[in-house]
Amino acid sequence: MVRLNTSIKKAIVLGSGALKIGEAGEFDYSGSQALKALKEEGVETILINPNIATIQTSENIADKIYFLPVTAYFVEQVIKKEKPDGILLAFGGQTALNCGVDLFHQGILEKYNIQVVGTPVQSIIDTEDREIFAGILKEIDVKTPRSIACTNMTEGKAAAEKLGFPIIVRAAYTLGGLGSGFCSNEKELDKLLANAFSYSPQVLVEESLKGWKEVEYEVVRDKYDNCITVCNMENFDPLGIHTGESIVVAPSQTLSNSEYHKLRQIAIKIIRRIGVIGECNVQFTLDPHSEDYRVIEVNARLSRSSALASKATGYPLAFVAAKLGLGYGLHELKNSVTKVTTACFEPALDYVVCKIPRWDLNKFSGVSKNLGSSMKSVGEIMSIGRSFEEAIQKGIRMVGVGMHGFVGNKDEITIDEIDEELINPTDRRIFAIAAAFAKGYTVEQIHEKTKIDRWFLQKLQNIDELKNALSEKSTIEEVDDTLLLEAKKAGFSDFQVARLVMECPNKEINDGLLKVRAHRKARNIVPFVKQIDTLAGEYPAQTNYLYLTYHGSEHDIEFKNDDKSVIVLGSGAYRIGSSVEFDWCSVNAINTIREEGYRAIMINYNPETVSTDYDTCDRLYFDELTFERVMDIQEMENPKGVIVSVGGQIPNNLAMKLYKQNVPILGTSALKIDNAEDRKKFSALLDEIHVDQPRWSELTSIDDIYKFIETVGYPVLIRPSYVLSGAAMNVVSNPDQLEHFLQMAADVSKEHPVVVTEFIEQAKEIEIDAVADKGEMVAYAISEHVEFAGVHSGDATIVFPPQKLYVETIRRIKKISREIAKALEISGPFNMQFLAKDNDIKVIECNLRASRSFPFVSKVMKINMIEIATKVMMGVPYEKPDKSLFELDYVGVKAPQFSFHRLLNADPVLGVDMSSTGEVACIGENFYEAILKSMLSVGYRIPKQNVLISSGPARSKLELLNSARLLQERGFNIYATEGTHRFLRENQVESTMLHWPDEEDLHPNTVEYMRDKKIDLVVNIPKNYSKRELSNGYKIRRSAIDYNVPLITNARVASAFIYAVCKYKMDDIAIKHWDEYKA
Amino acid sequence: MTEAKKVSLVLEDGTRFEGISFGYDRSVAGEVVFYTAMTGYPESLTDPSYTGQILVSTFPLIGNYGVPSDGMKDGIHQFYESNKVHISGLIISDYSKEYSHWNAIKSLGEWLKEWKVPGLYGIDTRALTKILRVKGSMLGKIEFSDEPVEFSDPNAENLVAVASCDKKEVYGNGEHKVVLVDCGVKYNIIRCLLDRNATVIRVPWDYDFTQEEYDGIFLSNGPGDPAKCGTTVEYIQKAIQQDKPIMGICLGNQLLARAAGAETYKLKFGHRSHNQPVLLAGTDRCFITSQNHGYAVAPESLPQDWEPMFVNVNDETNEGIRHKTKPFFSTQFHPEAASGPVDTEYLFDEFIENIVKFKKG
Repeated sequence: MVRLNTSIKKAIVLGSGALKIGEAGEFDYSGSQALKALKEEGVETILINPNIATIQTSENIADKIYFLPVTAYFVEQVIKKEKPDGILLAFGGQTALNCGVDLFHQGILEKYNIQVVGTPVQSIIDTEDREIFAGILKEIDVKTPRSIACTNMTEGKAAAEKLGFPIIVRAAYTLGGLGSGFCSNEKELDKLLANAFSYSPQVLVEESLKGWKEVEYEVVRDKYDNCITVCNMENFDPLGIHTGESIVVAPSQTLSNSEYHKLRQIAIKIIRRIGVIGECNVQFTLDPHSEDYRVIEVNARLSRSSALASKATGYPLAFVAAKLGLGYGLHELKNSVTKVTTACFEPALDYVVCKIPRWDLNKFSGVSKNLGSSMKSVGEIMSIGRSFEEAIQKGIRMVGVGMHGFVGNKDEITIDEIDEELINPTDRRIFAIAAAFAKGYTVEQIHEKTKIDRWFLQKLQNIDELKNALSEKSTIEEVDDTLLLEAKKAGFSDFQVARLVMECPNKEINDGLLKVRAHRKARNIVPFVKQIDTLAGEYPAQTNYLYLTYHGSEHDIEFKNDDKSVIVLGSGAYRIGSSVEFDWCSVNAINTIREEGYRAIMINYNPETVSTDYDTCDRLYFDELTFERVMDIQEMENPKGVIVSVGGQIPNNLAMKLYKQNVPILGTSALKIDNAEDRKKFSALLDEIHVDQPRWSELTSIDDIYKFIETVGYPVLIRPSYVLSGAAMNVVSNPDQLEHFLQMAADVSKEHPVVVTEFIEQAKEIEIDAVADKGEMVAYAISEHVEFAGVHSGDATIVFPPQKLYVETIRRIKKISREIAKALEISGPFNMQFLAKDNDIKVIECNLRASRSFPFVSKVMKINMIEIATKVMMGVPYEKPDKSLFELDYVGVKAPQFSFHRLLNADPVLGVDMSSTGEVACIGENFYEAILKSMLSVGYRIPKQNVLISSGPARSKLELLNSARLLQERGFNIYATEGTHRFLRENQVESTMLHWPDEEDLHPNTVEYMRDKKIDLVVNIPKNYSKRELSNGYKIRRSAIDYNVPLITNARVASAFIYAVCKYKMDDIAIKHWDEYKA
Repeated sequence: MTEAKKVSLVLEDGTRFEGISFGYDRSVAGEVVFYTAMTGYPESLTDPSYTGQILVSTFPLIGNYGVPSDGMKDGIHQFYESNKVHISGLIISDYSKEYSHWNAIKSLGEWLKEWKVPGLYGIDTRALTKILRVKGSMLGKIEFSDEPVEFSDPNAENLVAVASCDKKEVYGNGEHKVVLVDCGVKYNIIRCLLDRNATVIRVPWDYDFTQEEYDGIFLSNGPGDPAKCGTTVEYIQKAIQQDKPIMGICLGNQLLARAAGAETYKLKFGHRSHNQPVLLAGTDRCFITSQNHGYAVAPESLPQDWEPMFVNVNDETNEGIRHKTKPFFSTQFHPEAASGPVDTEYLFDEFIENIVKFKKG
């Protein structure tokens, strides 16, 4: 007899807001699972999450959705309105947890008599305060690192003296190691302490355990005190590198039974003492020379690790945690994979998984690439294999930075300073190890320098040895079957084999790998499909959770060949420019396919996603999105077709290669995709249909570059075409900058041309997201950027429907889009970007796939454009949206989320390269209400009193003048840097002048004011003239980030925000759920 | 790349798998069983309950942390579960030739060679497991091409006689005298008792322990069919006439049940893993346990004064029994773990408490 907590009839679930470093898509997955569990129990659900691109904020998941900031103020307003009985705090990351603690401290939960479902708030508080927590663990004889809590610099220094260097400094109450670091002398200590205190009033100085192993356990507990550990995971990198920055394997590989179970038992002891109901994660560090250990962290909530553990084992932690919160016992729930056994068990894996982080550090200027105790990665992948070699090589390819595996990377990466990279690891650490093996380093030597366990290095050495064996051959026929199979078992791709054996030059590599593929298929060296069933085959399971391996002799499944399935290619690792939006698109494509009576087959490998939840589709291949692997799956499944246009750029790039192998691609022809992707072909097409575009040229000599600029004039957009993972796009405004840039791109040549494009200033940027059917545009949404062109569309603040466009402009954009849809015979989703100046419209980009803004416009319009696109691609009937729907009487604004506070030293300035890590979108009665909600959702605060303006070039000074006047009228104090101060005075606006950062001795000073929290908002508009202003501007921007003062660097966004702030008070903001905005 | 010997694993239904030898080059026959634990191969290989069995590890990566030292403490090995490798053969997917662990002194392959036990890697152990799962446990043989061997059923002989000790031995010097009936005992049972202030009097399976001076009886785990241990059962029947505390584990559970008059039977699917959930009868307490058995107690055959103590949540088989009034209980799972979760080690405390209570009268 199950005794449930039936007093919960209506519950609020807090989401995690925008994706940011340390808090990403995993919380969409955990929140969606929790909502599903609540729904199953008949609980009415209210979700608060401004992240519009998530699955959890889609229809039929929660009963009501509020696109509002996850802060105590807004949650209280929702509570007042909705009168729920319960609230779930554990499923929205640190954001939700912090908000829950605020609600508790402010007495809001008590006031409205709201029960916390799951782990009690006091338990959460106990784990968050390190000192309290260490005390609790001491009571139960569990060891923590020796640690001294300090509240000021003097105490911090004294503590360091007591413990002895090296030590670690940590700020309490922060995410993913923010404001933390190692230091080995007093000078480093001073710097670290100052930084840590800027994040938190409490800082911990701790003994350093550098070089120890790092191991995590995911623990679950129910109200009967039954406990299980669902998974343990071991970091490849030793302690000292944040677990979010580390390669992680599950289950642990180098722990003996005694070590494994010793730590497991301690983890259970801890969860019992804290009183968690649901899930928590315990991080240990383990001495590599004994069984000595320390507990380093406990998260009393679902975490990135728990999402990974769920995917690694097939055990749905978030779903189970929500059910336990409602009062179930573990033994009363079923294992959702086998359906016959109980959920009270610990999964047995018969494979190994490998998580590898994805960094995009190249996108930021000034950021250190060294890995340390704070997190910088923006995404991650999980690879599955039946040997470590197989998993790690798959994984390295999945990360998607252009590498082909552990070995076989030539031009793609060169490591010069091997020792330095081994000792002070960067995002290239794994390749530094490969380079070291290639140079003849032994396992022992690498271990000495990296402290990575020898076992991992031995396995990597196996790969290196296989590379050497392959390199000795020169034709594929020479490679005997034993060696080829061994290489495939060690995760070598056909590409690697082709490159190592036949030494194919890059141009011939495609033919080479096809030859390898044909050869091995002829020799019957093929991968097998295995199931993930949570019990290592012990019980029969109808699981659809699959991966491929060469360590096998039979498939676990059968293939139907009935033309009733469709493969959807997912988005791969989240990265800057491609994240949860494409997961939303993928999942919606899957849903549509299933609703149409077809089986949806998903291929993706990102553990943070909903698309990799085996419940979402009919078959999930948790495997690579490479040509080779997609072909393997396609040949076995023989589907009706493959959809390449909903997962972003990775599947889009495969279109042509798949097409050449006669893979049926649904929707727009691959040839047409190529026409849009290939700059020259697309340009020719635009000329042909008389559509204007900014002048551009692909140039191979310096002289030609100068000549081209002479005709178009400065500024120009310049980009080397050989750069692999984005970055290095620049706007160049004068010959000096050009020279500087060309020096960086020293190697301009036929192989390495530079693309130079005319850059149009003061132009509006407009986007269209649309669906076409055989060349006819059948649905579209036009939106406008708040910023002028020059800010990457992913960093832009986007308004839909557009509020400030001429009707004529809209008409012309529709017309051009129709023409292009027709010319490219588009069937499916597409997105175009335009520049508009006066009524002059130029096309700047066209993607024949879904774009980042599809979920945003779909949800604001309440027309699911992916559903329409999918139906079009499948050739089934669909309903054309009624055009009058486009006249919405509300506005949606999408705002970017930046993670500069995690990227030490990065210049928080926006440019043509994208740097935001996430986004939110809110709906309002008008533009200003919507932008205010959106900006509050990404961490801006309504300034209380003091605003610092440093307004940059003359144009932005003018632009901001009205805002300054408004601020003055509303009684704000304006502070300004020298030029701005003068300008404001000339225009009769009062301000107090603050000196530039480099005038340290002059007071009052900008940096000092920010440090002392005297400034509530900083507006700093960068200008690109003198070096001094550049560096001063940088210091202001960086100080704003480091001292946690809201910062705006774009004049148009600043004006809009200031106008909104002056017009709206908090209580003017409407608390309305999605359905209350009627189309 | 290395010159590896290809060897066959042949099942009694004729299925053949090709693998590569990394242990001792010798053909053997036995009962093929799989276990799904992800850690603890040194413990499992020395577990006497695996006597006569060719063990298949479903976890593919084996050998990672080598083999621990053979150091002794209190007269028994510190890191092994007995004084030898008991399995007949080992089947895995991916073997770590190199190993890494502070406590390791040799590789798994070297150790198998020392004990003349064959080991194969490169086998699709998941495919193999699925066959074993469907057909129940099967006979099988590891066959080197130049050394044919016949199938043979290890359960035909009395494996307990093979696994048990040959003479009485005493360990420790604690205040509670515990007679340990060795049917193939795992050393961790001895360690758990010694840790709780016991003197352990270890006696062979067919020894008349009722003649000994003792405070409690411990019935150990062991291999094979409990029906073959009639002699032990007779002595236990004598013991349960009295009131001195008794605890049993695994085979010990089956022997206690048989002594009480209940029946045992062979399971279609034995339990060999670290993740078996058992429910304490009449409560909502569920424990994750380590198990290794092919036979079980038929709970409906228990006489009136006995009752089930634990039940498996997955297949509802019996996981332990207790006497309704006397301090006798036993578990089908392994509270001493090693390898596996230690969640039920508290049962040793209960056993010792029973002894303390009994002594107080």
